[in-house]
Amino acid sequence: MPSDLWFDLAVIWAAIIGVAVVMYVIMDGFDLGIGALFPLARTEAERDQMMASVKPFWDGNETWLVLGGGGLMVAFPRAYAIIMPALYLPVIAMLLALIFRGVAFEFRAIARRKQGWNLAFAAGSVVTSFAQGVILGGLIQGITVADGAFAGSPFDWLTPFSVLCGLGVVAGYGLLGATWLVMKTEGELAQRARRQAAWLLGAVLVFMAAVSLYTPLAFPRIAERWFSLPNFYFLWPVPTLTGVIALACWWWLRHGRDAPPFFAAIALFLLGYLGLVISVFPYLVPPSLDIWQAAAAPDSQIFLLAGTVVLLPVILGYTALVYWLFRGKVREGETYH
Amino acid sequence: MDPVLLARLQFAFTISFHIIFPSFTIGLSAYIATLEVLWSTTGIDRYKRIARFWTRIFAVSFAMGVVSGIVLSYQFGTNWSRFTVATSNVIGPLIGYEVLTAFFLEATFLSILLFAGDRVPRWLHAFSAIAVAAGTALSAFWILSANSWMHTPAGHVMRDGIAYAVDWWAVIFNPSFPYRFAHMLNAAYLTTGFCVLAVGARYLLAGRFTEEARTMMRMAVGLVVVLAPLQLLLGDQHGLNTLEHQPVKVAAMEAHWDGGQPADFHIFAWPDETAEKNHYALSIPRGASLILTHRMDGPVPGLKDVPPTDRPPVATVFFAFRIMLAIGFFMIAAALFGAWLWWSGRLFETRWYLRVMAQCWWIGFVAVIAGWVTTESGRQPWIVHGIMRTADGISPVPGASIATTLALFIVVYGIVFGGGAYYINRLIHRGPEGELISGGDKAKGPLGTEHAL
Repeated sequence: MPSDLWFDLAVIWAAIIGVAVVMYVIMDGFDLGIGALFPLARTEAERDQMMASVKPFWDGNETWLVLGGGGLMVAFPRAYAIIMPALYLPVIAMLLALIFRGVAFEFRAIARRKQGWNLAFAAGSVVTSFAQGVILGGLIQGITVADGAFAGSPFDWLTPFSVLCGLGVVAGYGLLGATWLVMKTEGELAQRARRQAAWLLGAVLVFMAAVSLYTPLAFPRIAERWFSLPNFYFLWPVPTLTGVIALACWWWLRHGRDAPPFFAAIALFLLGYLGLVISVFPYLVPPSLDIWQAAAAPDSQIFLLAGTVVLLPVILGYTALVYWLFRGKVREGETYH
Repeated sequence: MDPVLLARLQFAFTISFHIIFPSFTIGLSAYIATLEVLWSTTGIDRYKRIARFWTRIFAVSFAMGVVSGIVLSYQFGTNWSRFTVATSNVIGPLIGYEVLTAFFLEATFLSILLFAGDRVPRWLHAFSAIAVAAGTALSAFWILSANSWMHTPAGHVMRDGIAYAVDWWAVIFNPSFPYRFAHMLNAAYLTTGFCVLAVGARYLLAGRFTEEARTMMRMAVGLVVVLAPLQLLLGDQHGLNTLEHQPVKVAAMEAHWDGGQPADFHIFAWPDETAEKNHYALSIPRGASLILTHRMDGPVPGLKDVPPTDRPPVATVFFAFRIMLAIGFFMIAAALFGAWLWWSGRLFETRWYLRVMAQCWWIGFVAVIAGWVTTESGRQPWIVHGIMRTADGISPVPGASIATTLALFIVVYGIVFGGGAYYINRLIHRGPEGELISGGDKAKGPLGTEHAL
């Protein structure tokens, strides 16, 4: 329940975790998308370039996942303690896949025969992306809870809807990765990425439409959120804007622009994310646990909030520093030997 | 299958693998920072070559540490959700501070150190190395604080089985934390010191990279001759702290059954938990009393002071402790002997010493794992000492799920960390002359020598 402070701690923490998740999804999204596109590269030199374009960023990007997961544990332990056991298998699959993806950056650079680590990088990225989509779908469709603990069975998460979400996230990260390559690389690799991005944009729109149609039909609580009045008056711009930005992204891809398609892809992700937040808020574990019920003790939330207020801007500063230092196209040969 | 046992096995397996990498990277980042600072102040190019060599190895180890660490941060929820609900008000923020203060710092400045080349001024390289080293130590600070709270909880109240913090200073600096932090940080520096020593010895034996190898050996011997004896002192203090707060753990470490009387130190014994006594004991009379009370006749707590259900697994704790001790004493001997050889000008010529030390790269890792097994198994049957039993902390997840994922972890870690060991060995074989990275223009990269001179 809301605390008696003049600000609502649970809402602030939900916002912080929301920011961490969105930072993660966008930034590790393009890394993981590049992993998914890895098998489509023609030469080892192209693969070197693809990896070099994300190598300075991946570790920092992945850290947002730890902040998101850790933040959930700190601020909403009851939700964390239900979600993790409920989504046990996809979460562990994601962690194992992230291991392969992460070490592939270093091992591939040293290995004489690179095929094995090429495969580890690609498969690790695809499985991570898919598992994250499944986790998302598993959350949206709801979790069986009794006495404040997960009370379902190990495969509750496995539904056509969660698989649809998994495929959607693979396509979405692929779009981020392809547009990142358009922005960061040159030559044939960038040209191919441009064509791939156009296809992936189409796929992402199909998945977004499918999720947007299915969720209100399947879950009355989501239909009510979107289509009851006056909500609908405020909410109709979300899908409309999504359509406009998708068009713009396609236009920029066709007209040889390098950076704008990537930022349009980010905007699409932000809108999709906003759509999900509208559908689900204030539930962390739909349909039973909201952010106030899941919240940690106010003292604990305040203790970490005090540091977060200072440290989060510093972290955003570091992040900006790295992206600024490694701005521009990947330089030839700028990679390990 | 018993989900508690499986969840414990899974955590023991994943954390034992993980701890190898922090033990190495905490020390190695400090070594690299030292070399970077030496290079930027003296301009001696050898320091830069050594720094570059170890930075490359650091990158591989750090990546393995990151990916195996993320697994742990999620296992709190996947395997130990009831523990999380009960304790996260207290230890959650500590882990949150680890992410906020350490992880982003490390990730950012490691990228600059590894990849920035001529994109950044030279001073920023040294600064980045220091930032990475500080990040690893900060990370250890917070996670060891959280871990120590599980051993010696303080600064909290319990209401309806859930812990609430009342004094954050008391939570963070709980009674065992300063000792554990000092002991572990020193262990990490020692572990790395013996790795650097081993690589230097390996090169000297092979007659390769002699100049760099001598510098590595001098720096490593100079470090371990101070830190190895210091570790004995820190370990002793940590043990006395454990005696005060977790006497049953100390009783298990010494396999001492009957409390309240002086204890022998068993060099070897076979603790028998059903018969509540030791077989085949080879003991120093009253040795444990001397160590723990600093008196010959000091009474030492015994395992029989508590019912069997409150005792840790005695043999595990007892043997793990002895492995750590044996390695610790070997380290002191090797360090003192190395220093004596150096002082008498024969360090680089005493081939048998080089041969032994070249094989000793692993001893620190084994000592660290043995030490952690001692303290964590010694905490059993509690997940949080005196507050929550391990069996009550697990998630409502069926044993089959845990068994399946445990098998997957074993396979994946086998492949990935086998690969990591192989590639690190290859980097060592390649040696300090291998080029780290090249900037856009190889000749002008600040990592290249032209810029350095």
